[in-house]
Amino acid sequence: MYKYNDFDTAFLEERNRQFRAQVERRIDGSLTEDEFKPLRLMNGLYLQLHAYMLRVAIPYGTLSANQMRQLALLAEKWDKGYGHFTTRQNIQYNWPKLKDVPDMLDALAEVNLHAIQTSGNTIRNVTADHFAGAAADEIEDPRPIAELIRQWSTDHPEFQFMGRKFKIAVSAGEKDRAVLKAHDLAVRIVRNDAGETGYQILVGGGLGRTPMIGKVLNDFVSQDDLLPYIESVVSVWNQHGRRDNKYKARIKITVHELGLDKIRELTEERFALVRPTFGGADLALFEEIKAHFANPAFRSGGTDAYEAAYQTDPVFRAWADTNLTAHKAANHSIVTISIKAHGQTPGDATAEQMRVMADLAEEYGYGELRISHEQNVILPHVHQNDLPAIHARLKEHGLATANIGLISDIIACPGMDYCALATARSIPVAQEIATRFDDLKLEHDVGHLQIKISGCINACGHHHVGHIGILGLDRAGVENYQITLGGDATETAAIGTRTGPGFAYDEIVPAVERIVLTYLDIRETEEETFLETYRRVGMDPFKAALYPASEKKVA
Amino acid sequence: MPRPFTPKIITANDLLEGDVIYYTADNSWTREMSQAELIEDEAEAQLRLIEAEKDALRVVGIYLTDAKAGANGPEPTHFREDFRRTGPSNYRHGKQEAAANV
Repeated sequence: MYKYNDFDTAFLEERNRQFRAQVERRIDGSLTEDEFKPLRLMNGLYLQLHAYMLRVAIPYGTLSANQMRQLALLAEKWDKGYGHFTTRQNIQYNWPKLKDVPDMLDALAEVNLHAIQTSGNTIRNVTADHFAGAAADEIEDPRPIAELIRQWSTDHPEFQFMGRKFKIAVSAGEKDRAVLKAHDLAVRIVRNDAGETGYQILVGGGLGRTPMIGKVLNDFVSQDDLLPYIESVVSVWNQHGRRDNKYKARIKITVHELGLDKIRELTEERFALVRPTFGGADLALFEEIKAHFANPAFRSGGTDAYEAAYQTDPVFRAWADTNLTAHKAANHSIVTISIKAHGQTPGDATAEQMRVMADLAEEYGYGELRISHEQNVILPHVHQNDLPAIHARLKEHGLATANIGLISDIIACPGMDYCALATARSIPVAQEIATRFDDLKLEHDVGHLQIKISGCINACGHHHVGHIGILGLDRAGVENYQITLGGDATETAAIGTRTGPGFAYDEIVPAVERIVLTYLDIRETEEETFLETYRRVGMDPFKAALYPASEKKVA
Repeated sequence: MPRPFTPKIITANDLLEGDVIYYTADNSWTREMSQAELIEDEAEAQLRLIEAEKDALRVVGIYLTDAKAGANGPEPTHFREDFRRTGPSNYRHGKQEAAANV
């Protein structure tokens, strides 16, 4: 894992010292809110419906056990004993007091964490595949690139006041677990025919009010050219992106309006100017960063304890079947810890749960944790013989839910329970769907099904790319929920299609139930997933189930 | 044709706590919507808003919002303001927590 050097530490101290002084000046009345707001947003501090909210970056989703413990400390000392993990690998604290925030930031700095550029029109927290460094299918660990981008983009003078925010994701395998195609810019590590490692660059993806799937801007950028190439893309967008209308300011609109070829041409022009200004310091830094991400020395040894538990304990087996993923090292697994027990708020973990997960990482997981954009926590490297002990501990703390990839593993934004932008609630809808399917005992029968819920058109809950997407809106002063079907967040990314008119708050869970029961009815085999069925049969049978009366009218 | 004026209250967030607050008839701020001043006249609403904005150094995001007269003072007409005066629905935090501790 990356460890701060003296420069990083000094930079963060100075930055926190500045913000502390800014908060003091706001409280004593020297700064107005108009003056203070851009300063607090630069440091991840929002004002939400009921309170301030501090958004802390978890760069590329990687945490050490100590960092996780510090997040727990913040939750307990300055919040209400919990934190909320987000779809962009951040953690949000929903109840900080303004005067406490500088202390919170200092406490974060003690463990090399910060809230810089988690808001504002800058390059945001760089996200990555949450299985990075552990996945069996990756070319190389994408996190050194993510860290390089983090350092380059932090306080980058050209990119502090752009037309809009800019989100970057990095991944390194055929499978896309980082929703690359929904990002302003994505880097996918690839190998060319000559066997050299390089980077495929995608641009123009994004969700929100105008969802777009990212397109390949360049199939192969060499390692030497990566940072100057990214800088050129951001620079071109910063210059040509629209500033007359914030809804048309993201790069997806620039790509859409100018065309991919024009963006490529402008990028090449810009690159010719930018490339010579990179004198190789970036490459030296990259080599240094890479050394930090060397894999731990994976343990050897048999898997007899694992096999025995798998054969004899059905609860363990159910959990192992859903929450484990293949690891690149022999006899190891990637463990996804669900922080979505049925009826709980998706993505929330209590301080105690954070400490339990930190302890497990330290005792069994080489000290590492990851946060996924799907709002779960991951122990990336676990020897299989340790799995029964881990499972037993997780069970004691409400963390052993066997639902990864299933219908209750729902992404939900905070919605109108917290967010000032929201137009409807998301969290209770997620809670009720999870509880309902748990009561029906259908979850495992239904199999892989991703529901994603956003409480407004900005789509933090990724509803466009949910197999079932739910968008909460305000229709004439009443919460109303639109459903989309067929969205896909992976390498075969697709934007879901609307089923038709929306549903009232008390109708949305029954509507989802009708969709799922229809799927169970018409799937060809038990192995055919919801998405496969949808792709085979299309919208009609689901529409018929959702709107029976209107179908009669048509008939 | 402009829409007819509907009664308003003035609301904001407290600078230090971030908590939802309401403007009262005696030019102070309260945490209870029921204690807020219900303004029935459009011109008066603008004047009261200007008066409230004098507190902009310790109060954030001041705005007028619809409310109606209830048995115990003003009540919200929109669900957003109902959530603001209550707190989130997933935990008994915010104002409902304070109420539970009384």
